[in-house]
Amino acid sequence: MIASNPVRYRAYVPVGVEEALEQKAAIENLLPIAGGTEVMVLLNEGLLAPCPVQSLHQLAGDWRGIRESDGSLIIGALATYTDVRHHPVVCERYPLLVESAKVTGALQIQNRGTLVGNIVNGSPAADTVPALFVYEANIRLLSSSGERVISINEFYTGYRKTILRSDELISEIILPAPPDGARHYYRKVGTRAAQAISKVVVAGIRTDHETKLAWGSVGPTTLRALKTEKAIAGGASPEEAAVVLMEELAPMDDIRSTRNYRLAVSRNLVMDFIHKTKE
Amino acid sequence: MTVSPPEHHELRYVGRSVTRREGAHKLTGRSRYIDDMHVEGALTGRTIRTTIAAGRVRDIRFPEGFPWNEFTIVTAKDLPVNEVALITNEQPALVDSIVRHHQEAILLIAHEDPGLVQEAARAIEIVYEKDPGIFEMEQGRVLKDLAIRHGNTEQAFSGENIVFEGEYATGAQEHVYIEPNGFIAWWENETVVLHGSNQCPYYVHKAVKNAFALERDDQVRVVQETTGGGFGGKEEFPSMVAIHTALLSRKAGGKPVRLIYDRAEDMACSTKRHPSITRIRTACTREGVFKGIEVTFHIDGGAYLTLSPVVLSRGLLHSGGPYRWPAAKMDGLCWFTNSPPYGAFRGFGAPQSEFAIERHLDRLSQLLGICPIELRRKNFLQRGDVLPTSQIVEEDPELDHIVDRALELSDYRAKQQSSPCGSGHGMGLSVFYHGTGFTGSGEVYLSSVVALEAQSDGTVEIQVSSTEIGQGTETVFAQIAAEGLGINIEQIRFRKPETGAVPDSGPTVASRTCSIVGGLVEKAARQMREKLNGRDVAEAAAMDSLRAEARYEPPPGLVWNEETYQGCAYGAYSWGCNVAEIVLDSVTAELRVEKMWGIYDIGCVINPVLAVGQVEGGMAQGAGWATCEDVVLREGLMQNTRVTNYIIPTSADGPDMVVEFVEHHNPIGAFGSKGVGELPMDGPPAAIANAVAHATGQNIVSIPIRPEDILK
Repeated sequence: MIASNPVRYRAYVPVGVEEALEQKAAIENLLPIAGGTEVMVLLNEGLLAPCPVQSLHQLAGDWRGIRESDGSLIIGALATYTDVRHHPVVCERYPLLVESAKVTGALQIQNRGTLVGNIVNGSPAADTVPALFVYEANIRLLSSSGERVISINEFYTGYRKTILRSDELISEIILPAPPDGARHYYRKVGTRAAQAISKVVVAGIRTDHETKLAWGSVGPTTLRALKTEKAIAGGASPEEAAVVLMEELAPMDDIRSTRNYRLAVSRNLVMDFIHKTKE
Repeated sequence: MTVSPPEHHELRYVGRSVTRREGAHKLTGRSRYIDDMHVEGALTGRTIRTTIAAGRVRDIRFPEGFPWNEFTIVTAKDLPVNEVALITNEQPALVDSIVRHHQEAILLIAHEDPGLVQEAARAIEIVYEKDPGIFEMEQGRVLKDLAIRHGNTEQAFSGENIVFEGEYATGAQEHVYIEPNGFIAWWENETVVLHGSNQCPYYVHKAVKNAFALERDDQVRVVQETTGGGFGGKEEFPSMVAIHTALLSRKAGGKPVRLIYDRAEDMACSTKRHPSITRIRTACTREGVFKGIEVTFHIDGGAYLTLSPVVLSRGLLHSGGPYRWPAAKMDGLCWFTNSPPYGAFRGFGAPQSEFAIERHLDRLSQLLGICPIELRRKNFLQRGDVLPTSQIVEEDPELDHIVDRALELSDYRAKQQSSPCGSGHGMGLSVFYHGTGFTGSGEVYLSSVVALEAQSDGTVEIQVSSTEIGQGTETVFAQIAAEGLGINIEQIRFRKPETGAVPDSGPTVASRTCSIVGGLVEKAARQMREKLNGRDVAEAAAMDSLRAEARYEPPPGLVWNEETYQGCAYGAYSWGCNVAEIVLDSVTAELRVEKMWGIYDIGCVINPVLAVGQVEGGMAQGAGWATCEDVVLREGLMQNTRVTNYIIPTSADGPDMVVEFVEHHNPIGAFGSKGVGELPMDGPPAAIANAVAHATGQNIVSIPIRPEDILK
């Protein structure tokens, strides 16, 4: 039984992008729904404060596609994890996205949930966001008054807080081409093999000249370990890099795991990363 | 007291994997669970629960903004007898003033608009006076204590003998039956009709009759609907839900009321497996021959007694493991805490105490420098040995043979030798047993009855209160009845359990259904076969009503003394051995149970596919309890009440499993069968813990074994 009163959630179903943006600007607290894998859980459990909701289903024609453009890959806001992980270009050039989409929830979630949903939900435990961080994805934000493109590295401002304005919708993600010859590393440490939320999640790429490492579940937002990246690029040993990393992470105790375990695992993970991406 | 074991090939149905009767309906979604049942004009109910663990209710406030006059609202004052009748009647159905645990029911509301009910339930304010509360064992009062004394332990612990002690702990466990609790009830004049999800319709009947002070049995009709799992979680708890539903309906003038829990509510308020602490002290010779054991077995009972005395009893009775102890001093203590009452859960205390002894023996073997398997072999129970209760082992369990098969199938020795201690890979073994049916005089008190009735259409109907809860009751009973009657299985029907319409064959618990109640079905079938005397069922039923009943009678010599805790605790025992192979991730310390082997003696295997399903499910549930299932309580409130954060293994986590049966037939069970349901829960935790201890070199003494505990 649903522990909420469904009549308290007035539904809007825009038929085009323009109408969607108009509604977003005009209606206070309007909550967009794509796959609904987050919203429906909250609704079921009585944890979603009454609010108007906006179904984006009718926008699939505009926003579900994945296409190449000027060496970048554009992923529409309604592309599901399944769409993403099976797309040939993603498979070829962005293995971390394939990996991370594959371990998000399980097949049922992947068939409905969207990559953009994972971003906008703002959870520091999001499985795909570290991959997007190291690929330095850009996000296109639309509103009825215009558009802006910002880096995902600047999207989050705090725990479940983003720079998204109340009149904006994310229309797409723009992935620049990854550096040539990059070695990829992804590891989700979850509570079980599937249908799990991460205790620690890390994505990394490494070339002979640079290293990028993004971490989830070890701070209020997904974060880049910039000092550690620099240390590794500068030839630090695994042990030295682990020491630097410890200064950059701020994990907590919660019902999934402990601060101590998260630190210990992160230390092991960064050393494993260095070994596995050596050449 | 001997029967010759039946030869399977001579039997038409017993020993064959007859397809589950209700399987296709469940697979295709045609089975109707309680929430699927549409009842015209039914109100939706919701329970308002305490948000403190200890104290008093000072005020209940109904804020403005809701049409409260349209709601049906009940409190403790509306119930004629505010009790949930079980072993004792100390647990109230609704809090009157004293709060003993978090999520205790205070009042109930109902309305025809389900959405409004949800909103209104959240708006009601309860004002409390809060007490500190007790949340650990050994800090409050003792709810129940038990003692078993056997032989001279003082002598055993003196002299040259090696004395070794240890303390072992197990956590709570949530059942996670796939269908949450729920009932729909209405009154027809002075009779209440209840449809719902439950294991024991007559327990619900007893509790409802008591709560409403009804005079006649036929004033309560409990109908069991398709039930999505129980594992003990729907043994005693549904009585509470049923009383609540019936009470709302009565206040609403008899209108039907639906009271169906959502997952979070179900997990937060319903019973769990009792957490335990077991302290063991053993004495043995240098060669590893056991001389004596002292056990103190502590369980957390939670805020009310409920079924804890019997859980304590079974746990204590199994605390020595399947070994010969010339002297034993065993004490069981059940403690009060302000946690929701712990309750029945597959294994009923035995998985807790058997984890302790099986882990203890591996640690002891290290001290003695003896292989843990050889240590066990020196002390296995054999025919003629005496249990701490003075019961003489009448069958030869042949545990050596069971262990040999497990070692052979798992290639244990080679694998263990190639993985040195601390290598991150390990094998572990456990040996265990489980008594079939109610403990002691329980089966005599139950005095279960089953009936078979021939119908004029040529079918024979099985009438029992034993329920199908996913384990295969309908199918195995049909096999047993058809075999006993010598008719086609298609002629057997299973009457949906409904109090009054079927006799009381006892609760669907304690590994008793197939073996003990099935034994009664066999008896009744043989009686009816005699009455048929070669006639066709339809023909005979047309002439006169043809009915056969069988009532439980204890086998001669089965005597139990509740005062001294001496005698025959169980009429039969099932035996088993598990081997677990585990791999630890070197980076994350994540534990993977790669493979498990299980060799089981459950007597005659009535239906091999269903039996394998039972034991594989039990092994997975045991592995979950040992590795990832962690009930996180804060001041008695469960913090992880979702299936996304109360972590049970999925099919992606579960080990590969290899199962084999050894059949030593039980003279009193159906066609020689013994208990199967709970046995598979007893072995996996210790087998896994022993494997992890080897793989890590760490001294594992508690479960769940989390990566957080290994990687420090």
